[in-house]
Amino acid sequence: MSKIYDVLIIGNGGAGLSAALEAKKNSDNIAVLSKTYPTTSQTSQAQGGINGVLNDSIEDINKHIFDTIKSSHNIGNIKTIEHMCKNAKETIQWLDDLGVPFSRNSENEIAQRNFGGSSKPRTCYSSDYTGMKILHTLYDTCLKENIEFLNEYLVLNFIKDEESNTIKGINVLNIKNSEISKIFAKSIIIASGGYGGLYHNFTTNSTATTGEVLTAALNIGCELENMEFVQFHPTSLKQNRILISESARGEGGYLVDQHGDRFIDELKPRDEVSRAIYEKITNGDKIYLDLRHIGVKELKELMPQEYNLTYEFTGLKMDESIIEVIPSTHYTMGGIKVDIDTKTNIENLYACGECASSRVHGANRLGGNSLLEIITFGRVAGKNASLNTNNITNFSTEEYEKDFENIKNNLENIFLLPNNINFQEIKTSLGKILFEKVGLFKNETNLQEALRTIKTWENDLSQMGIEDKSKVYNTDLKEFIEFQKMIKLSQIIILSALERKESRGAHYRTDYLNEDPNYDKSTIVIQQNDELKVML
Amino acid sequence: MKIEICGKSYLISNKPESSVNLLTTLFQIKNTQNRTLAFRSGCKSGVCGSCAVRVNGIEKLACKTTIQDGDIVEPLNNSIILKDLIVDLNNQDQFLKQAKAFLSKGSKNTISKEDEKKIDIETNCILCNSCFSSCPVYTVNENFIGPFALTRNYRYVEDKKEEEINNKITSVQKNGVWDCTLCGNCNMVCPSRIDIKGDIEKLRNKSAQFGYNNPNMGTGFDSGINFGTQDFGFNPNGF
Repeated sequence: MSKIYDVLIIGNGGAGLSAALEAKKNSDNIAVLSKTYPTTSQTSQAQGGINGVLNDSIEDINKHIFDTIKSSHNIGNIKTIEHMCKNAKETIQWLDDLGVPFSRNSENEIAQRNFGGSSKPRTCYSSDYTGMKILHTLYDTCLKENIEFLNEYLVLNFIKDEESNTIKGINVLNIKNSEISKIFAKSIIIASGGYGGLYHNFTTNSTATTGEVLTAALNIGCELENMEFVQFHPTSLKQNRILISESARGEGGYLVDQHGDRFIDELKPRDEVSRAIYEKITNGDKIYLDLRHIGVKELKELMPQEYNLTYEFTGLKMDESIIEVIPSTHYTMGGIKVDIDTKTNIENLYACGECASSRVHGANRLGGNSLLEIITFGRVAGKNASLNTNNITNFSTEEYEKDFENIKNNLENIFLLPNNINFQEIKTSLGKILFEKVGLFKNETNLQEALRTIKTWENDLSQMGIEDKSKVYNTDLKEFIEFQKMIKLSQIIILSALERKESRGAHYRTDYLNEDPNYDKSTIVIQQNDELKVML
Repeated sequence: MKIEICGKSYLISNKPESSVNLLTTLFQIKNTQNRTLAFRSGCKSGVCGSCAVRVNGIEKLACKTTIQDGDIVEPLNNSIILKDLIVDLNNQDQFLKQAKAFLSKGSKNTISKEDEKKIDIETNCILCNSCFSSCPVYTVNENFIGPFALTRNYRYVEDKKEEEINNKITSVQKNGVWDCTLCGNCNMVCPSRIDIKGDIEKLRNKSAQFGYNNPNMGTGFDSGINFGTQDFGFNPNGF
């Protein structure tokens, strides 16, 4: 008989671990499952900080709410934004009490700094490693609480009771030995992260952000919301897309072209700067970050991590050389549609973090709000999902055995595929086409072209397959399963982008340059009878 | 350029003078030469700790390492090799739990800038397992709690937020602070430049303050301490 958990959490980043710690308060029978080990998640890469008004000023909290709504370009959810901002102090206090080493000011309070788009300094930080230090502290606390980790399991599909539209469990691939198993749970929380990894080789995101759990959720009837909203960061190192944070420009850095000329006000919003750089690059120019006038002492003091990262990855010192930069895919605002309680449209299934769309970011995310979102709604999900199990008294699993046989057959079939086309090469092409045609500048022609190409690849999937036929730690197999789902998710991004015939926040269309009030709403993608359907 | 990975040679088309990092090269090889090649990766920017391997015998993060002609790339030491560059990391949780590397009981202390700075370096640990791999103690004691767990124990011992320091110190007495040889290998390979050896020495001093002695030295300070030649266990001179 398969294991039945009260709460199963998919994903071990900031959202997943926060959910686990809250769920643990109500049940000992919980587990955190992920395709990676804890502490390697995308959360570790969040450098800048976490927003939150720490005084009790209603005015300041309202400003945080206002800035977030403004950044969302009219499609943010005021309810979820208010919940997040009003609870921010408690959220940050919770983290501080767990042991997160937040930087202090001279008054022995948690220090705060200014961030782009903020009307007041409200970003708490832990040197330049805020996300990493939050993630590790959450993990340490999970160890203290004896939370069970199921590491290196890839989600294949969800098990749902069709009649009652209720989640029952998941089928997973054990990456270590290629065995498939069923795991049942009364409540499931999806906290699997964003989908920036679809822009393969053109993203600052982790290689794990391939979004397969979103596709699996769509397959059982979840709604994917605002998937076209993908944020691009203006400055990443050309060599390997490593992020050089906003602080480089905030502290007075220049952006110059190959003639050494400045071409934009460097402090303009992220999207505008990204587009200006990309336009130059597509016209054959090269763009550099010039910080030489700031001085080595100041650079090392103001941006030590950036200074070191640049030196370690390019061999260049910021005080001596100009640094070539390019824009990269950075964050995905869209995801599984949830309500303020993190509930999806499927019974007992919850979602939180970057994989979810609670619309706190709307069309664009305010810097410092991503960490706040994952912790706030991670905790909400953990609490609600665990309390929810009290209402579930009759939980049978026997009727789902047939599905399991199908899943097993599907896996065996992958081993038999002809491997005439190397999917790894197509994955590289997928990243390129998404970045070029579904990136900073979109238009009908390019979107349709990308869609056609990706559909061709979808048709070719039966000609792809795996070269590695072993059962032991088969990364070729794991990546092929991810790739199958990436192909579908890419089309969802494009269909959503086609539907939104306007420019708003991070979504910029050269054929519809203005924000159109008719689109003051979400795009929703669902799957009906194996067909993708987009709605506004 | 030619490099060797897990005993197999690969020809890379990069010119010797071009600087290409190892992780990018591993992806290139996987995509074009050997799809069965297995390695872990994540952030590509040195902060997630997924891609630690040994290059010419020294632990490195693949994403932060520039390849040289003739490099030999191998998996981390002291763990079961699952496949190619992938090692089993299942001991990690156990060592950390043993070391009580978490906040046991929160204090009400005020935290100052100086307090926070005291643990700033230790909280940069990314759990890449490089120190664990470099540690020679595992050849004689596989139950050694090990460098990352000890440095993360020290992080909480030094944290003014922690109320229960005593139980943390107790937890690292057996298979812990006294089993370290103070060879300093861990310091040499730590990508976050943490002074792990120094932390272990400080934990030894703390242990003495809490009434613990080095079990390798007998029962007390009157039992034949050799200040000059001792190379294993507690060194009161700190070298």
